[in-house]
Amino acid sequence: MSVDTLFALWHTLVDTIADVVPIAVIIFGFQLLVLRKPIPHLGRVIAGFLYVLIGLAFFLEGLELALFPLGKLMAAQLTDPAFIASVSHHSSLNWKDYYWVYLFAFAIGFSTTIAEPSLLAVALKANQVSGGTVGVMGLRVAVALGVAIGIALGTYRIVSGTPLHWYIIAGYIVVVIQTFYAPKIIIALAYDSGGVTTSTVTVPLVAALGLGLASTVPGRSTLLDGFGLIAFASLFPIMSVMAYAQLSEWRAKRASRSN
Amino acid sequence: MPIVVVIGFFQLVVLQEPIPNLGEILVGTLFVMIGLALFVKGLEMGLFPIGETMAHSFARKGSLSWLLLFAAALGFGTTVAEPALIAVAEEAAEIAAAGKVIENTPEAMESYADGLRLTVAISVGFAILVGVLRIIRGWPIHYLIIAGYIGVIIMTAFAPPEIIGIAYDSGGVTTSTITVPLVTALGVGLASSIKGRNPMVDGFGLIAFASLTPMIFVMGYGMLI
Repeated sequence: MSVDTLFALWHTLVDTIADVVPIAVIIFGFQLLVLRKPIPHLGRVIAGFLYVLIGLAFFLEGLELALFPLGKLMAAQLTDPAFIASVSHHSSLNWKDYYWVYLFAFAIGFSTTIAEPSLLAVALKANQVSGGTVGVMGLRVAVALGVAIGIALGTYRIVSGTPLHWYIIAGYIVVVIQTFYAPKIIIALAYDSGGVTTSTVTVPLVAALGLGLASTVPGRSTLLDGFGLIAFASLFPIMSVMAYAQLSEWRAKRASRSN
Repeated sequence: MPIVVVIGFFQLVVLQEPIPNLGEILVGTLFVMIGLALFVKGLEMGLFPIGETMAHSFARKGSLSWLLLFAAALGFGTTVAEPALIAVAEEAAEIAAAGKVIENTPEAMESYADGLRLTVAISVGFAILVGVLRIIRGWPIHYLIIAGYIGVIIMTAFAPPEIIGIAYDSGGVTTSTITVPLVTALGVGLASSIKGRNPMVDGFGLIAFASLTPMIFVMGYGMLI
């Protein structure tokens, strides 16, 4: 490990601390001034905060070392018109020639979401609260599939140039319909999973993909079309988590009927 | 690490190029694994207990206004300094300058970006406040979310087209890795300390509000400027 790596790690740690300071001020301010109670196990809590900080610093720095440069480079290479033309069988490009891009979007959406720390946190909590009914890995896979489908569809939208809001509104309608059929216990968790998916890991890679695509597909503007992938990534997990719950409920019913 | 597999496959098979600096990738992967292990340990020692303890103390104290103030402050405070949001706000300012919505000067762009950041932070504060109120009152979550969706659709019809993509994305970027566990623990803690609330049905949902309101508020910001 080089000195540069250690220095970069330190830098990330300082950034993470700056991110936590306002949160710590609010928590301790309210605890001491409003609730006027000492914090139970104060030493343990502070140690926990330190673990979170150091853990995140390692995590982010590891991604920076291992994956972000290559991932961003690949997003640029895959969306390069020369590469697209090399796999195309037609003289002029159409949306079907971008199939590697859709597949990459799907794969990167799935794998970054599985690695997302905030999703892991919510899955752990949901598992504990539900008494084990909601599996940690099951929830993570359901959310990751949702993000994968969402981002793949989002790249198709950029390639085809169709307006973002029609997709989102259609998605809302599906979510509302599903809400009335999904088991009540999963609804709040499903809504939450939309927001937790897009954090430290997903946003940088997905943003690079969107901007790269919008800048190379003819007739797209980076400014108008480069955005929107995150919106897809926050909408589709809501559907996939509800679908996962519906599926498990349906299977449980079928199993109990056959007995 | 599935990401490594994905990147490796596309690099070697699809693009047919070698993987550069394999050593760095191995060190990085090791860092990621150490980092996640520490993060999870820290969650269970620090973030989860403090969120739940505070929820229980507020419930015992019985002061609704302090609890709501805390909720709003937590939402605002954790969002305003969020690095992902700062990055998105700066990009949005560039778009606005390119679209001649604001003057193309550094000062005008900075004030636009700051205004946008403040808008999102206020909207998240508002979201957590409403979400906490919902847990206490036991309102069903889907009516509020559907109302939010209708709000988003109505605003989309009136907002300038340049802002729509950013507005939709801003919903997703507001919730950071430290905010999510804390807010989740707060919600679950509240729901489990109030009689008649189910932590599974009522405890979750705060994050959902925090990713919905910024869309509406940012489009509103785009219409005002």
